[in-house]
Amino acid sequence: MASFDSAQPAPQRTFSLNDPVVRGVIYQIVVAALVILFLVWIINNTAINLRAQNKTSGFDFLWKTAGFDISFSLFPFDRTSFYWEAFLVGLTNTILVAVIGIVLATFLGFTIGIARLSSNYLISRLATVYVETIRNIPLLLQLFFWYFAVLKTMPAVRNSIQLPLDTFINQRGLFVPKPIFDDQFIFVLAALVVAVIGWIALGRWAKARLERTGERFPVFWAGLGASIVLVAIVWFASGASLAFDPPVLNRFNFKGGLELPPELVALALGLTIYTASFIAENVRAGIQSVSYGQTEAAQSLGLKENDRLRLVIVPQAMRVIIPPLTSQYLNLTKNSSLGAAIGYPELVNVFTGTTLNQTGRAIEVISLTMLVYLILSLGTSALMNWYNARVALVER
Amino acid sequence: MTDIAFVRSEIAPAMPAPRRVTGILAWLQKNLFSSVTDSILTILAVLFLLWLLPNLYGFLIGRAVPPGGTVEQCRVENVGACWAYVASEIEFFIYGFYPMAEYWRPNIVFAMLALLGLPLLIPKFPFKIANAVLFFVVFPIASVILLSGGMFGLKYVPTEQWGGLLVTLIISVVGICTALPLGILLALGRQSKLPIIKTLCVCFIELIRAVPLITVLFMASIMLPLFMPQGMTVDKLLRALVGVTLFSSAYMAEVVRGGMQAIGRGQYEAASALGLGYWKRMGFVILPQALKHVIPGIVGNFISLFKDTSLVYIVGMKDLLEAVKTKNDAIEWAAPTQAISGYIFAAAVFWIFCFSISRYSRYWERRLNTGHKR
Repeated sequence: MASFDSAQPAPQRTFSLNDPVVRGVIYQIVVAALVILFLVWIINNTAINLRAQNKTSGFDFLWKTAGFDISFSLFPFDRTSFYWEAFLVGLTNTILVAVIGIVLATFLGFTIGIARLSSNYLISRLATVYVETIRNIPLLLQLFFWYFAVLKTMPAVRNSIQLPLDTFINQRGLFVPKPIFDDQFIFVLAALVVAVIGWIALGRWAKARLERTGERFPVFWAGLGASIVLVAIVWFASGASLAFDPPVLNRFNFKGGLELPPELVALALGLTIYTASFIAENVRAGIQSVSYGQTEAAQSLGLKENDRLRLVIVPQAMRVIIPPLTSQYLNLTKNSSLGAAIGYPELVNVFTGTTLNQTGRAIEVISLTMLVYLILSLGTSALMNWYNARVALVER
Repeated sequence: MTDIAFVRSEIAPAMPAPRRVTGILAWLQKNLFSSVTDSILTILAVLFLLWLLPNLYGFLIGRAVPPGGTVEQCRVENVGACWAYVASEIEFFIYGFYPMAEYWRPNIVFAMLALLGLPLLIPKFPFKIANAVLFFVVFPIASVILLSGGMFGLKYVPTEQWGGLLVTLIISVVGICTALPLGILLALGRQSKLPIIKTLCVCFIELIRAVPLITVLFMASIMLPLFMPQGMTVDKLLRALVGVTLFSSAYMAEVVRGGMQAIGRGQYEAASALGLGYWKRMGFVILPQALKHVIPGIVGNFISLFKDTSLVYIVGMKDLLEAVKTKNDAIEWAAPTQAISGYIFAAAVFWIFCFSISRYSRYWERRLNTGHKR
């Protein structure tokens, strides 16, 4: 090894325009100056324009009476409500349709994704046709199709189509029986919570025992049985009863039951069908990403089919599936804003539509709407990063 | 020692012939009836197809009213699709309110798009550079002059009168051609070591990606006029274009960044060791490899951009979807299947475009698949 004694001291840095560091600083100063100038220009223009149009600004309008009705809301809302209540109605309606869509699209998407990999020729072809057709047609067009061409051409109320389980569908939407819980039902709910907690505890205990003694315990079946028994006992002991209030056709409309407006049905249906085709592709890619060697290795370890899937294949596939799956959930939530085009009163419709038109506070309204979506997105990505860090491959 | 050796004294009995692994029966056995569940699924699928296909055929062809039919034919009980309606309104679906006497102008633009665009997509076609200059420089200028007119004796046609497929194609072609370069710049900015530039790019990308396209379009259509100096108006079509391009470029940037991160450090170091500057390093070494990696993602973005052009309907632009939706309410063609026929037509148009783009990307993936074959 040569000695480093003879190493020269680092040459003195001289100022030169060819120095990448100097250049970097200059570029950044130029860019920052341009951006600041641009922003100042925009703000100045906006101020002048607002003054010329005699518009005021600020968020004080939120505490004024809205004066319009919303066709569908989860809590009471009428003309005398405030704008911030309208904002809340829009927000809850967005969340409602997003949750419905996410649950249904996950089921449909996983089914179709697995079907695409089926060794059954017909099944895999049908799934492929579904995915290739739905993915290549704009969502807005599909929403129009479901809303204007299917649900709006349903028969009138008196000729409603009856579906199983006392469900009716007609021009005014979907009518389903409404479950009525009595006061005792709180005990059943409590029992359900206890059962779930017990189930999780059982799983922990079984895992600890497996690691200590190597003996296995049928957690799923034991937990399921115990939960059902517990809930059933509490149900009968507390005397809780669950009644269904079915929709009954009166002279002009249905009475009783739960009324789901056609806008909600069309939006949920469209979002589910559209997003499921993307989820199906993610699921397929995830399963295919686990190489066949893993299956063979698991077999040679003597794992049974069930364990092989549960312990080897699915965890590795899920690592690939979950990140794009979350972004599909996020896309679905953002796409629910298209409900504005078919009149579903979600955030964009209620707020960026009606409220903006009535108050004229364009900047405030649009920023608030964007902020909601921004918070949703950033929250999800934070969760995602945490999950990714947890399941990431631990490498040398 | 010899007594433990085994010597077969008679001929072993013949084994049964192996199961056939070729032919129709074997194929059916393997692909449709390999187990009980499989057989049940097959039977269910066949029943589903037996229900679906005749109905589909009846609706689309059998009971449908072909082009040239009359409204009365479309109004009978249990009628299929009303293609007569689609055929009679096809000009509106393509050109919108563009003056009928001037249809030759969009037609020339369509022809130029096909004649200049398609050769650009075929790798073997010669004169690539001349072709690219024609497509990216001459074609846009010529198109704007041709479509809006007002000079060379052409009648002025304001953008409010443009509509239908014409607008859909304009927005998507302009969007695709501008979003990719912008996206690459944003991705370079995000990967840059310069903190201010990096922060700006990250903020822009994350903000745009977090919000729905509609809000960006609303912003472009409502807030952009406020941002401009007094008296200066921005054309409605241009506002939509700005919105779609900015939105798409943020997504494109993330795709390109993914490709750049897949390139090993060694490539960056090797390029620096050759003495290449930043732009040459990126342009000749990193980006060609990175873009190759992410072709599926880029094309996926193109497809979503094409589909997303339909959203400009919400901010009052007259694209293909708007044209179809407007005519679906037309009284003179009022018929039970009028709306469905219109939407099926629009869906078919969008589907053909998107499906061809995705097939074309498969072709490029195979072509560029140098040395990554398994």
